[in-house]
Amino acid sequence: MAGKIATRNAYGEALAELAEKYPELVVLDADLSGATMTKFFAAKYPERFFDCGIAECNMTGIATGMATAGLKPFTNTFAMFAAGRAYEQVRNSVAYPHLNVKIVGSHGGVSVGEDGATHQCVEDFALMRVLPGMLVCCPCDGHEMRLAVEALLNYEGPAYLRLQRSAEEIFTDEIPGYRFELGKGVTLREGRDVTLIATGLMVNIARKAAALLEAEGIDARVLDIHTIKPLDEELVLKAARETGAIVTSEEHSVIGGLGSAVADLVAENCPVPVLRHGVNDEFGRSGKAGEVLAYYGLTAEKLAEKARAAIAMKK
Amino acid sequence: MEKLDLKTLRLAAAKSRLLAVDAVHEAASGHPGGSLSCLDMLTALYFHEMNIDPANPKDPDRDRFVLSKGHCTPALYATLAQRGYFPIEQLKLFRSIKAHLSGHPDMVNVPGVDMSTGSLGQGLSAAVGMAIAAKLQGKSYRTYAICGDGELAEGQIWEAAMAAAKWKLDNLCVFVDVNGLQIDGRTADVMPTEPLDQKFAAFNWKVLKVDGHDMAAILEALAAAREVKGQPVVILAATTKGKGVSFMEGQAGWHGKAPNDEQFAQARSELEAQIRELEG
Repeated sequence: MAGKIATRNAYGEALAELAEKYPELVVLDADLSGATMTKFFAAKYPERFFDCGIAECNMTGIATGMATAGLKPFTNTFAMFAAGRAYEQVRNSVAYPHLNVKIVGSHGGVSVGEDGATHQCVEDFALMRVLPGMLVCCPCDGHEMRLAVEALLNYEGPAYLRLQRSAEEIFTDEIPGYRFELGKGVTLREGRDVTLIATGLMVNIARKAAALLEAEGIDARVLDIHTIKPLDEELVLKAARETGAIVTSEEHSVIGGLGSAVADLVAENCPVPVLRHGVNDEFGRSGKAGEVLAYYGLTAEKLAEKARAAIAMKK
Repeated sequence: MEKLDLKTLRLAAAKSRLLAVDAVHEAASGHPGGSLSCLDMLTALYFHEMNIDPANPKDPDRDRFVLSKGHCTPALYATLAQRGYFPIEQLKLFRSIKAHLSGHPDMVNVPGVDMSTGSLGQGLSAAVGMAIAAKLQGKSYRTYAICGDGELAEGQIWEAAMAAAKWKLDNLCVFVDVNGLQIDGRTADVMPTEPLDQKFAAFNWKVLKVDGHDMAAILEALAAAREVKGQPVVILAATTKGKGVSFMEGQAGWHGKAPNDEQFAQARSELEAQIRELEG
């Protein structure tokens, strides 16, 4: 495949492509179909596309009613509004009755760029992860996203899927033995000295950090955790045992997301140093995507620094 | 089931009133006021209007009901129990740790509940989704809901109202239980929602008005609602909060309070007298 694509585009194309195979799939949007990329589905299947206007809470509620009737609704808006504005609707009307609604939050993280803090959601993993029975997924590239969409169509229950705005390199299609399964992480690189556990856009940055570390003689393992909940506990604990130090990396607050999930698990089962690489309890800001990521230290260099620090903490 | 005559429906509603107040008393917790105000509508729906089968509560072709004012479980559970979804004796376990009759409707554990509700303003959106699904799947089932008038202060209600009109949901029929009272007092004082007829009409709904305790009028409105094409129907039902129990009627204080033993004894004697009169 190679090349670059934003996961939102891969998602939008996958919806349109899979619609025929999954006749129960219905797509709802809140006046953002041109940004969430549901426009491809809308153009092909207008009768199964429901633009709910700028009313995310109602969109979420409509999806619950559809799910009770056996449809497979995917709701679409920015992550900020999917997980934030409609939070209580997701909590009480989707998660509590465990309905088969897929909550899709596009434009996750700070790489949204120019729109700034009001539209840069770095809290969605935390908000969704805390809900009982809610699956939380954030694919790292276009190839993985395509597989995630079909897996979610075959998954019965509430799930949150984060998409991202910026176009990024496709690489998982070239990983030997790569296989996608919800709830199962992928080992992208074996290593003995430290494990970099990343999700979303940070997965490829973790690969780059591992290359930087390799040049210094540090052998870093890299795990792609596309499913933050349920976490692949076996894979994470294996990494803790075998490498003795972990750095998590996510385009999300260091509070409540992948880093917290990994730290909770490791602290209770196999205590080793866990450092969290992410947004340090602050809001985003405007700028070009790359500039904003660099501003918050979401780079391979900063991740490599954390890895060295984690190794230094080993007993 | 044969459709029941007016007298039998009134009797079913009276029995549900007693069961509802009994359940709240037993639990020493719950919402009697709004339960008593919506019980005639619930009875009309479950014993006359809706195409349902208690033996097959998940039938994909059944009519749907959403209690958007979800705190009125005493009324809903009493109705479901009388209708045969679960044994009437279970109402004694309302709000109890020993059973599944949760304080607010729970579609996972309570047979006959079509949507979990309780957080106000959310049920109507779910009902809209059910009605859209019926149209999309070419099914003839209808979707019903009951909202409270205080609940209409929630903005999501009006988001849902716009959507129902956009998709011309003539298979959706919503009662508003206009009892004029909410926790903090008169709805007109807390947050005025009137004029509701003009508001819903402006949102492109067909508006009908009834006395929410006149069974014949309720049935007539439901029949008229079936004839409406191309738009959703709202039935504005003028009701009395606490209807049927003299000391609860028109009192906001009985929104979410259980009667003590003495009060329950009086309520029971009043409600039993109403039942006897209808049986006579």
